[in-house]
Amino acid sequence: MKNILQVTTQGDREIVMTRLFDAPRHLVFEACSQPELVRQWLLGPEGWSMPVCEIDMRVGGRYRYVWRHGDGREMGMGGVYREIVIPERVVATEKFDEAWYPGEAVGTLVLVERDGKTTLTQSMLYDSRQTRDAVLKSPMEKGVAASYDRLETLVTSMPGQDAKRESRAS
Amino acid sequence: MVLESFNLDSVFAALADPTRRAILARLAAGEASVNELAEPFSVSQPAISRHLKVLERAGLISRGRAAQRRPRRLEAKPLAEAASWLETYRKFWEMRFKRLDALLDEMKLAEKSHGRNKR
Repeated sequence: MKNILQVTTQGDREIVMTRLFDAPRHLVFEACSQPELVRQWLLGPEGWSMPVCEIDMRVGGRYRYVWRHGDGREMGMGGVYREIVIPERVVATEKFDEAWYPGEAVGTLVLVERDGKTTLTQSMLYDSRQTRDAVLKSPMEKGVAASYDRLETLVTSMPGQDAKRESRAS
Repeated sequence: MVLESFNLDSVFAALADPTRRAILARLAAGEASVNELAEPFSVSQPAISRHLKVLERAGLISRGRAAQRRPRRLEAKPLAEAASWLETYRKFWEMRFKRLDALLDEMKLAEKSHGRNKR
């Protein structure tokens, strides 16, 4: 419960997230790299499922994610793996279908295990400072799809759970 | 929320520098003149003035009226707004990571009962 997520900016073009998980690194890596596991947690607010989650985890391989809302709205993104060190480091590009920021971002996932717990650091490097700040100004809920209009309320009123119910529904 | 009142890009850029963050921390304790601000740092006064200019352009500080001293003071609003954008982003991801917590708990249990051969 004390595992607080920290979000900071680094330099001009980067957003960095850090969070501790009460699990050994190989499990965190699995949860971040196996489609049937990824689609259980990498969701939006309630009502969204992740019908497409394809991962070809090798250098040059692609991944593709699509989220769908019960009312038919959809959004997708994907990219190419540039670097993979199991179970500690993955570098991949990221691009949304409906480009809400210019160019491609590059994401770096780093997992460090200590005393059976794992620190996850995810950094996103954008094309420019303007892009990075645009992502912060209109994070997922607005930027990811224009149709996400009600999302902001949803996100801020989120009670913070419901993992199981939703993963079963998807 | 009125975003156009200042430039969030320049706020983040201004915050990216450790000396400027230290200046803001000092000003959080109360207004100070350029000389007073330069004191704790091993940089020249022109260098401090350049940092102050960046902070001023970002709307993070302002100048007092006292003509001689022209003390700088902290402007809280842009800083708070920058923090609130980070916070919105943070909440979105925290929601996902809470689900990941729950999933990892299940995976740990499964691993315990089936050994390493989970899948």
